Amino acid sequence: MKRPLALASLAFVTLALAGIGQARASDHFIVLASTTSTEQSGLFGHLLPAFTEASGIRVRVVAVGTGQAFEIARRGDADSLLVHDTSGEQRLVAEGFAAERADVMANDFVIIGPGHDPAGIAKAETVADALARIAETASAFTSRGDDSGTHRAEQRLWEAAGVEPAGAWYRELGSGMGQTLNTAAAMDAYVMSDRATWLVFENPRDLTLLFEDDEALFNQYGSLLIDPLRHPHLKHDLAMQWHRWLLSEAGQQAIADFEVQGQQLFFPNARPD
Amino acid sequence: MPTDANAFQTALALILGMDPVLLGIVALSLQVSLTAVLVAALLALPLGAALALWRFPGRGAIIVALNALMGLPPVVAGLTVYLLLSRAGPLGQFGLLFTPTAMVIAQVILILPIIAALTRQQIEELHGEYRDQLQSLGVSRPRMIPTLLWDARFSLLTVILAGFGRASAEVGAVMIVGGNIDGVTRVMTTAIVLETSKGNLPLALGLGLVLLGLVLLVNAAAHLVGETARRRLG
Repeated sequence: MKRPLALASLAFVTLALAGIGQARASDHFIVLASTTSTEQSGLFGHLLPAFTEASGIRVRVVAVGTGQAFEIARRGDADSLLVHDTSGEQRLVAEGFAAERADVMANDFVIIGPGHDPAGIAKAETVADALARIAETASAFTSRGDDSGTHRAEQRLWEAAGVEPAGAWYRELGSGMGQTLNTAAAMDAYVMSDRATWLVFENPRDLTLLFEDDEALFNQYGSLLIDPLRHPHLKHDLAMQWHRWLLSEAGQQAIADFEVQGQQLFFPNARPD
Repeated sequence: MPTDANAFQTALALILGMDPVLLGIVALSLQVSLTAVLVAALLALPLGAALALWRFPGRGAIIVALNALMGLPPVVAGLTVYLLLSRAGPLGQFGLLFTPTAMVIAQVILILPIIAALTRQQIEELHGEYRDQLQSLGVSRPRMIPTLLWDARFSLLTVILAGFGRASAEVGAVMIVGGNIDGVTRVMTTAIVLETSKGNLPLALGLGLVLLGLVLLVNAAAHLVGETARRRLG
């Protein structure tokens, strides 16, 4: 009894480890740190097969907030970045962690809120006006509070509106976009979201899109390559192919082709060199 | 509650549909958690038994530490392993971050204290019963370890299952060190978190039911093996 059991478990460990080893056998992949919006909207499900077919390179996406993506890049744990905080991205270049940064695509932020719109932001002229109304009426507002690209953009908008978001009505959640929308739905709160995550979000309850179309809500995504001098172990050649492909005609077209419910979610805007 | 009904339907459809993506996620979950349990058991069973049999200075401190570590928050274990395996960390050269191996390491850290602490308690009780007998036979303490472990095997099976339960249920550690990469490090729990944040609550709950069923199956299999063995040995 004893020996077969021991043998069986030994065989199992060997098999399990072999299986795990196998999963890592192919080295022809890069690790891409990106944001939850690009992952959850299904953009990668659409883009990556096209890229893999064109290049033979697989892309492993780690979807985190932009702040965490920067930290992953600084530690040398990702080969490339696709994020949305242009000033943070430029800082990463200035610090010498990123060798190259380029605009890839854009969409916009929208303000979501309960259908009865207690702050009346649907009538607001500008996003600054909308945020000021929320603050004035002390209507519940859920903020990402997680140092993500969306959170940083939201903070800039409050500043531009001349409002210090503080008080019982302003709830910093420290969670991702989807979780924040879930919480806002449960609390009947206002929330700022990127349009892509909002469109694919399936648990809106009473939430509805209340304010959109202000230039200040523009949301730019950038692709970054990590500096080979800083982290020589990274797969720069493969990451470079991915970066170039995103900016190429084929990559830009693939981004434009991605639709959810007949609506284009990301608008390619790479500058041709 | 229409949502709950949807979740059950979703779970059923997921299982009956044999969706290859789901099967891959289930297989990886089992692979990671079972490997972690086996590695942890191979280390923790002898460690627990040794702690039960030897008296040495600092033993009490180790026992207290192991007992306390049973409550180690997974996210702390995950963060620690993340910092160790990160390229900027001491073990960065192996490039293990965001791989299933990293997830196994994190889970081993989580369940090793559970198995070691509970084994220590079981073996200590058993040793109390058998001490005179074993001593009269002149059995040395290192030789006692396999004997006692083998004698306690049925209660130790439950101990190991407790470890497996913790491993298969946790999400905080595997999310950080695995990165929830589609097709590479996405397991049941991280998939549930992802679907929840998409607002796809029926699918999230459906996956949760599948995970529950899976854990139930593993436990039933272990129970069956234990019972059969017990009966055969009389």
